[in-house]
Amino acid sequence: MNIYSIAYKNLLRKKTRTALTAGGIMLSTWVLATLLGFNRGYQQGLNRDIDNMGFQVLLTAKGCPYEAATLMLKGGTGLRYMAADVVKTVYKNAEVEKVTPMLMQGVFDPNKGENGAVAAYLGVDADTFPAMKPYLEFKQGGWFRDNAAYEAVLGYEAAELETREVGDKMLIPGVDKEIKVVGVLKRSGTQDDGTIFLPIAAVQKIFAKQGKLTGLGIKVKKDADLTAFENKLYDLPDVQVVSMAQVKTTIMNLVNSARVIVMGIAGIALIIAMAGVINTILMSVMERYAEIGILKSMGAMPLDVFKMIWLETAILCALGGAAGIGLAFTTARLAEAGVRYFLPYAPNGALIALDGGITAFSFALILGGGLLSGVYPAWRAARVRPLEAIRIEGEQ
Amino acid sequence: MENNIVISAADLRKVYRRGAEEVRAVDGVSFEAAAGEMVAITGPSGSGKTTLLNLIGCLDNPTSGTLSVGGRAVFGGGRELSERELTLVRRELFGYVFQKFYLIPTLTVEENILLPGAFYAAPGAKEAHEVMKLLGIERRYRHLPGELSGGEMQRVAIARALINSPRVLLADEPTGSLDSRRAEEIKDILRGLTRQGITVVMVTHNLELASSADRRLEIRDGKIHGV
Repeated sequence: MNIYSIAYKNLLRKKTRTALTAGGIMLSTWVLATLLGFNRGYQQGLNRDIDNMGFQVLLTAKGCPYEAATLMLKGGTGLRYMAADVVKTVYKNAEVEKVTPMLMQGVFDPNKGENGAVAAYLGVDADTFPAMKPYLEFKQGGWFRDNAAYEAVLGYEAAELETREVGDKMLIPGVDKEIKVVGVLKRSGTQDDGTIFLPIAAVQKIFAKQGKLTGLGIKVKKDADLTAFENKLYDLPDVQVVSMAQVKTTIMNLVNSARVIVMGIAGIALIIAMAGVINTILMSVMERYAEIGILKSMGAMPLDVFKMIWLETAILCALGGAAGIGLAFTTARLAEAGVRYFLPYAPNGALIALDGGITAFSFALILGGGLLSGVYPAWRAARVRPLEAIRIEGEQ
Repeated sequence: MENNIVISAADLRKVYRRGAEEVRAVDGVSFEAAAGEMVAITGPSGSGKTTLLNLIGCLDNPTSGTLSVGGRAVFGGGRELSERELTLVRRELFGYVFQKFYLIPTLTVEENILLPGAFYAAPGAKEAHEVMKLLGIERRYRHLPGELSGGEMQRVAIARALINSPRVLLADEPTGSLDSRRAEEIKDILRGLTRQGITVVMVTHNLELASSADRRLEIRDGKIHGV
């Protein structure tokens, strides 16, 4: 017979109450772990999305830079145009390693979805774009023959959605131009999965946008001074400079601000769980007041009683915490789907990144909080005097 | 007889205040009990029986007086024992039985008996089975208290009190929750324990149980009025 076994079996006396309290702890742990996982997942996803763009600076026509950046992250465009000769101007800078011009066009497709939707086409330079995205691999086919060819490369999801494969023909709605699918990309986990790539000159011709671009991606040399280079670009007329590092910092600042709210919610969840633990354990102590006195009359020291009650708290919190962690893992994809539905922009990849660190931290926080809440009931129990217990027995 | 004395109380007093009133719950009680003797403390409600039992059982410090148990001077010299000191004395010398048994409902009979072992080095399962055999509950060792009769529960409580081989068994109304047949069984058990040299001191309203004791201390207003 040991004190652990007594503590565990004491919890079984009121199974419903124990289950409800453990359930409360489980939900608090779930909220905590999921929120922390979301925070990390969002950060990782954003980093990945921006890094996978392949360039550090984006030039767009004048407009809101963050709107432009967000649209680019989502595979869209601000649909403002700048002159294509900006490519030559930018190339003159010694800091530039590569540039890739882009022209995004959207057309309403009445046959897309139930009520029609906008179909987006990204015109890219066959000579420079693939070098910016070395991680893109082909499931079928390859890149376009040249920049004027009426050919398309489909991202993995775009191909699935359009049910196309290499050799198929696609009709661009509105302009009635037929293009041939020459490549289908493997899944990359980026916004490229949902993109339809066309040669840039073809897009300019099809949509009558010759000499125009919607974006220019710039990859800077490794040892270049990015800030100084960006300052030079600010002098260019009618374009705006979007530094992806700044975008990342700004979005992360917003995410970090949201983290305060998120941690506040997690804190409230923790406080609710702690209140539940105090209530349950204190009630249990009060119900066993006489019995605790009898244990002391039998030779239990105050510290023994304190340990016994504290162990009950620890077991309760450990069980609830472990169940909460399990729940967080099993419902991560479901929670992610819910979060994606409500967020205006969510990066690709796992949005709730649960790992050993988050799991251990959440569990430790719940256990620590629970043990802290168990101190008062355990202290009350340790102070029970056997004589009082016997007196209570006499009065009952 | 002198060397056989297990409990020796002299001029024990317990005085406490209830508002402006001074209550002499135990007022100069002196008595001795030998090894294997059964002593019944009787008297009307509020006469100080339980307070006296608590003093003898080291559940509380007396206001004054001396008490020796098993040749060991426990109280005396005006020094109050700390909670820890009282607990150590209780572990070593006493076993307690109460009217309401206070068995832990989620522990089996065997686990309830071994309960003191969770807090200090008490005997183990072998001794528990010997005690259960002595009390005739050996076949119930895996049962939960809820599956036992009142008499069986009190036997388990007695077994729990005996597991650390006490010199003195203190019982507060041990038959108070039992019918007459079960009460008779418990009386026989207590009697049997005295034959093994254990001193039994009990508070009881049960006249039959009191009359079976070797000695009866009649308490009124905190004083012994008859022996």
